[in-house]
Amino acid sequence: MIYLDQAATSWPKPPEVLKAMTDVLENAGGNPGRSGHRLSIAAARIIYDTREEISRFFGVSDPLRVIFTGNATHAINLALKGILKPGDHVITSSMEHNAVMRPLRNLEKRGIRLSIVQCASNGTLDAKDIGRMVASDTRLVVMAHASNVVGTLLPVAEVAAIVHQAGALLLVDVAQTAGIIPMDMTAMGIDLLAFTGHKELQGPPGIGGLVIADHIDIAQIDPLICGGTGSRSESEEQPDDLPDKFESGTANLAGIAGLGAGLRWLKDRGIEEICAHLKTLSRMLIDGLSAFPEVKIYGTLDPARSIAVVSFTVAGRHVSEIGFRLDEEYGVLSRVGLHCAPAAHKTIGSFPEGTVRLAPGVFTTTEDIRLAIRAIGRVIRS
Amino acid sequence: MTLHGVILFHTTSSVLRAEKRLIKEGFATRLVPTPRQFSSDCGIALRFDWNDHERITSMLGEEKVEFDAIHFLDANPV
Repeated sequence: MIYLDQAATSWPKPPEVLKAMTDVLENAGGNPGRSGHRLSIAAARIIYDTREEISRFFGVSDPLRVIFTGNATHAINLALKGILKPGDHVITSSMEHNAVMRPLRNLEKRGIRLSIVQCASNGTLDAKDIGRMVASDTRLVVMAHASNVVGTLLPVAEVAAIVHQAGALLLVDVAQTAGIIPMDMTAMGIDLLAFTGHKELQGPPGIGGLVIADHIDIAQIDPLICGGTGSRSESEEQPDDLPDKFESGTANLAGIAGLGAGLRWLKDRGIEEICAHLKTLSRMLIDGLSAFPEVKIYGTLDPARSIAVVSFTVAGRHVSEIGFRLDEEYGVLSRVGLHCAPAAHKTIGSFPEGTVRLAPGVFTTTEDIRLAIRAIGRVIRS
Repeated sequence: MTLHGVILFHTTSSVLRAEKRLIKEGFATRLVPTPRQFSSDCGIALRFDWNDHERITSMLGEEKVEFDAIHFLDANPV
């Protein structure tokens, strides 16, 4: 089997991740922050240590500014709904996943003004187009670091400079890039960063987070969910302390332990090396697919300007048929359709049919890619 | 007999953050259930050797480590 759906979720997971998850449930199974006994403390330590690793990973100095959520979607909702108020203006790109688009459309109905900057058909965004849309009431700009459909990288640092000049905030969805591109929130000018654990951070599903830059005043962010935190228990009001203000309810201990193990595994493996490996695989995919005249590849076709996510269609054929036959006849696992990103498919011109998406990961080999391209060739010629 | 003090915090994360810094400075500390006479919070507090309390108080202040309160921990509370 050749798993080329890493952009949906990474698989397989490093054995260290599975071990950390079973270890924590066996040996540290208390409820963190709720009791004072050893199992509760052991659980709290694992969560705190993971918070610290994440803060270092993304370049913030205060680990308490790492807010654990269920996934990137939850983190994006927390940031958008916590900050935007009726009358505020928000800007996003036309390449966004529904994790961004749907909460924004929901907020639009509550009196928030939404502008969508049109990207080019290869998925690229001109930062100056954001600048042209910024107004005096612009509160926030939200964008992906890279498209989940075509892998095109968006110019985060350039947009950050424009956003900050306007006195607005920048929220970046790094679901597709965390773990494969070295990232420093401070250097990139990211105010709020939403990540998920189950993709290239190598963690399990069900854990993600919002990282809030050191300079952001948290008084301007309302919690999405209120409830028990184990702190200030005499009060029926939600506490203002970090991270408790945004983390009500019992934490996903096993998920956090697995994510921590994933981060340590990435550190040992080296993100620079992973990044270089994926560029090689991406180049092979693009070159291999380009050899078939009936295949149309979307995106920049340039691994220097994209992550290793390659989308294509075949003239006269349905993407669902291609995907099904690749799986059934050759064990090549892709993802076909709209990839939860209708706006992105409209931008690149593949709506409503969608594309076949190939996304290799850290465990994918060059031999896997060679076999996958041969399989694609056979499917489209028969 | 060692006399102890206890530092209270508003969140578990703050306790653990302070504990790491105190251990780094070589102070002997222990996480204990928050003494009920001082707080209604659930969770844990940081116990330390009362002989260190002046040095710890000034270190927490200098490093801007947020905490709620520091108390002397009577071995036989009423």
